[in-house]
Amino acid sequence: MLPSNHSLSGVLQQKGINRRRFLKFCSLMTATLALPPRYIAQVAAALEKARKPVLVWLQFQDCAGNSESILRSSHPTVLEVVLDLFSWEYHELVMAGAGHQAEAALERVVREEKGKFIAVVEGAVPLADDGVYCTVGGRTALEIARHVCPNAAATIAAGACAWDGGLVRAHPNPTGAVGISEAVPQATVINLGGCPQNPVNTAAVLVHYLTFGELPAVDQYSRPLFAYGRIIHDQCERRAHYDAGRYVQEWGDEGHRKGWCLYKMGCKGPQATFNCPSVRWNDGTSWPVKAGHGCLGCASHRFWDTRSPFYDRLPTVPGFGADVTAGEIGLGLTAVVAGATVVHGIASAVRDRMRPMPPAVPPPANNEPPRKG
Amino acid sequence: MARIVIDPVTRIEGHLRIEAEVNSGAVSDAWSSGTMFRGIELILRGRDPREAWVWTQRICGVCTTVHALASVRAVEDALGIEVPENASLIRNIIAASQYVQDHVIHFYHLHALDWVDVTLALKADPGKTSQLAESISPWPKSSRAYFKAIQDRVKALVESKQLSLFSSGYWGHPAYHLPPEANLLAVAHYVEALEFQRDYIRIHAVLGGKNPHLQTYLVGGMSTAMDPNEPQATINPERITLLAELASKAQAFVDQVYIPDVLAVAGFYRDWFERGEGLGNFLSYGDYPLGGIKDSSRFYLQRGAIFNHDLSKVHPVDPANVTEYVTHSWYQYAGGDQNGKHPYQGETSPQYTGPKPPFEHLEIDQKYSWLKAPRYQDQAMEVGPLSRMLIAYASGHPEVKAAVDGILAKLNAPATALFSTLGRIAARAIEAHVMAGQVSKWVAELGDKLGHGDLRVHNGEKWDPDTWPKEAQGFGFHEAPRGSLGHWVHIEDKKITNYQCVVPTTWNAGPRDAKGQRGAYEASLLKTPIADPERPLEILRTIHSFDPCLACAVHVVDGQGRRYTVPWVS
Repeated sequence: MLPSNHSLSGVLQQKGINRRRFLKFCSLMTATLALPPRYIAQVAAALEKARKPVLVWLQFQDCAGNSESILRSSHPTVLEVVLDLFSWEYHELVMAGAGHQAEAALERVVREEKGKFIAVVEGAVPLADDGVYCTVGGRTALEIARHVCPNAAATIAAGACAWDGGLVRAHPNPTGAVGISEAVPQATVINLGGCPQNPVNTAAVLVHYLTFGELPAVDQYSRPLFAYGRIIHDQCERRAHYDAGRYVQEWGDEGHRKGWCLYKMGCKGPQATFNCPSVRWNDGTSWPVKAGHGCLGCASHRFWDTRSPFYDRLPTVPGFGADVTAGEIGLGLTAVVAGATVVHGIASAVRDRMRPMPPAVPPPANNEPPRKG
Repeated sequence: MARIVIDPVTRIEGHLRIEAEVNSGAVSDAWSSGTMFRGIELILRGRDPREAWVWTQRICGVCTTVHALASVRAVEDALGIEVPENASLIRNIIAASQYVQDHVIHFYHLHALDWVDVTLALKADPGKTSQLAESISPWPKSSRAYFKAIQDRVKALVESKQLSLFSSGYWGHPAYHLPPEANLLAVAHYVEALEFQRDYIRIHAVLGGKNPHLQTYLVGGMSTAMDPNEPQATINPERITLLAELASKAQAFVDQVYIPDVLAVAGFYRDWFERGEGLGNFLSYGDYPLGGIKDSSRFYLQRGAIFNHDLSKVHPVDPANVTEYVTHSWYQYAGGDQNGKHPYQGETSPQYTGPKPPFEHLEIDQKYSWLKAPRYQDQAMEVGPLSRMLIAYASGHPEVKAAVDGILAKLNAPATALFSTLGRIAARAIEAHVMAGQVSKWVAELGDKLGHGDLRVHNGEKWDPDTWPKEAQGFGFHEAPRGSLGHWVHIEDKKITNYQCVVPTTWNAGPRDAKGQRGAYEASLLKTPIADPERPLEILRTIHSFDPCLACAVHVVDGQGRRYTVPWVS
C-alpha cells in the first residue's frame, strides 16, 4: 500500500490542484466519454485510489506532433493529471536519460511490468527492406514494437500514422509503412485517429482504463466510440448556414467573414467523424473550421489518400440543399463514398448508448486505395 | 580509445544517433547519423500543389507550421501570386510566436536537464532559493513558500520511487555544477514553462485552428477571415485582444524568467563558452518580410553568411551555391557519390548499405546516415538562432545589437564567446526576446488594419487551377526556429511533379562530404571533455545546444535533374 500522499489526490494536492479543480477534470473526462454525470463520482473515486501504472511512449516514423499535442493539452489539468496518473518511464522526446540508460529503462518496464503497463505508439512502422527505414538503438521499429506491445496491457495508437500508417503510408508508400495493429497483430490496440490525436481523448481513454479496468467501447476500426461516433457536420457551429443554403464562395468573401458553411471550399466535415468541434484544441480555443478552413477529415481511415484532394468539393449527393437533414447527408455520403469510415446508423445509436456495437458493415479491404486524380 | 554510442539521443525531435571516439578523456572524432526515413517528397508527386503545405507540415510536429509556410511560399512563387499585407502579417505573427514557443520549450524541457540535476533540488534551502530568484528577476512567483512546495513535490516523486521521465537521468554526474538553490529554481521554472507554452500557443489556435499542425494556410493568403463587426469572423476585435494579451504575457515570461535563467545557468558553466565551437561558418536566408516576399532588403531578420568567425563581413547569399553530397549518406548518385549536386539537379536513390539491424556500430568510414550533407560554396555551414543573431548583429540590426550587447555585458564576455555551446543557448534566448516583442507589435498592426477596414486575407486570382500555366516552378524559404529551410516545387498540368526540401537540421546534423569535411554537429563535438564514457552528458550538452530536429532533416530529392531559376537572386 502506498502512503496516502502517493495516491493521485495526494499528489495533486501537493501540486496545488485542489479538489474542485480535480472534480472539474473528472467531469470533463466523464463528459468526453459521453457517460452520464452520475459517473463523475465513480471516475473521481477510481482515480483517487489508483496506483500509478507505468506508461511508455514509443516514437517510430513520426513527426512528434502527437507528443507535442499532449504537451499542449487543451485543459489546464489534463497534462498534470495524465503525468500523475501514470509513471512515464520512456518517452524519447522529453525523458531525461539517453542512449543505454534510455534503452535500459524501456527494457526494465517490459521485464518487470509485463502485462501491466500501457504502451503509446506514435508514428508508422516501416516493413520494407527489413525495416531499415527506422532504427532506434540499432534495432528496427518493428523489432521494438514486437518486443514491447504484446507485453503491454494495452497499446494506444496515437494519431493517424500509428493507427493506419498515416501520411507515411500514403501512396506510393515508399517505406512499406503500416500502423501498429498491422505491424503487431497480437497486441491489444485502441486507435486514436487524427493528425494529431486530440489530447483530451487520449486522457479520456486512460481515465476510462483506470476507472473501469478496461478500454472504452470501440468501432470497427478499434477507435473509441465516444470520440469517433459522431459526424463532424452534425456538430458543426456553421451547420445552420448549411441548412439555410449560405455558403462561402471565395476565401475572404462576405460569407467567409460571417462564418458561413465551408462545404463548397472542400470541407470534409459531412464525411468525417470526430469530436473535434466539441472538444476543440488548445484549451478549447478553436478548431480548424472555426479558424475559417475546411475540415480535412483527419480522423478518417487512411485519410491522406481517401479524403484528398482537400480542396475538391465532396461529391454531390441526392437531396443536397437546404432541406436535408444530417442523417440523410451522412447516409448519402456513406453510400457514395468508397471507404467511408462509419455507417451513420452506428453513429446515431452511439449517441444514445455507449455500448460496443457489432459493425454493420465489414471494414474496407486492406489494400492500397486507388490513386486519386 | 573507446567508441561511445548514444542512440537514442533523447530530448530532441526524431531519431538521432551519435558515435564518438574518446581519447584521453576527450572526444577525438564524432559521427552524426539520422536513423529514420519516410520519403514525403515522393508521396507528394501527382498531388494538388495547393495542398502541398498540408502534407509538408507533417514533416515535423515540433517545428509545426514552418514547412507549411515554406510550401505556400514556394507555390505562390511558382504561380506568381502576391499575398495581401494582412496575410503576410498573420504569417509573421504565427512564425515569430513559433520561435518564442519553440525556444522556451527547448531551453526548459529539452535542454535544461543537461545542466540541472533535479535530485540536487532536494538539498536546496527554499529561503535562499527565494533570495536567488529575487536577486535576478522581478518575476512574482518567488516566495520561500512557493519553492518549498516545489521541493516537496520533487521529494514526493523521489520517495515514490517512480521517477517517471526523470528516472534514467545522469544524476550525480560530476559535470553538474549548479548549487542546490539554482537547481530548485530551474525545476520550478521547468513546470512553469510547461504551463506557459500551453497557454501561449493559443495564439496558434486563434490564427491556425489548432496546434500542432495549423490548418489556415492557403496558397494566396490565409483562411482567417477578418471582420471588425462579425463575432463569427476568425479575426475580430475580441480575438485581437486575446492575441495581444497572450503576446504581452510572453514578453514578461521571456524577459523575467527565460533570460534571467539563461544568465544564471551560464554563470555557473563559463567553461562552456569555450566548448562546442563548431564550424565558424554561419548561414541565414533571412525572413519576416515587412514589404513583399521578394524584397529581402526589408526582411526583419537579415539574409547573409559569415565565414571563419569573421563578424566584420556579412557575405551576400546566393542559393545557386548550395550543393548536397551523399558520399556518406545512404543514397546513390548516378554520376558517382563523390560529386555534390545542386538541389535543382538532385537525385533520389535511397540505398541502405549500413549494417543489418540489430547492430552495435555504424560503418563510419563508409555511408552512415539518412541525412545528406548540404554545403554552401563547398563549405559546411551552421544554421539556426546563433547564425541569425550573429548575422543580424554583424549587419547592425538595432534591436538584436542592443540585446546581444546587453547579454554580453551581463556575462562579462566578448562577442567571440558566442561561438560556443553556451553561445547557441544565449542566441536562442536573445532571439526569443526580440521576436516576442515583434509579436506584440505585429498584433497591434493587425488590429489597426482591422479597425481601418483592411480585411483582405487572400488573393484568389490564381486559386482556380485553370488559370495556371502548363508548367511552373518555384522556391519558398523560411528561417525556421532551427535555421534555414528551403522548399522547391515543380508543377505540371496542375499537379506536383517534383518537390524538394533542404532543411535546417540537415545542415547541422549532416554527415561528412566527399572531402571528409565534418558537419556542424560532428565538428562541434571535437575536444569535448568526457568525465565518464558510460554517461556522456557533455556530448548531449553540445548536441542539444543545436536543438536537433531529425524528422525534418531526412528528406529525399528528385532524380529527374530539373533545372530551376532562383527567383530571389535573379
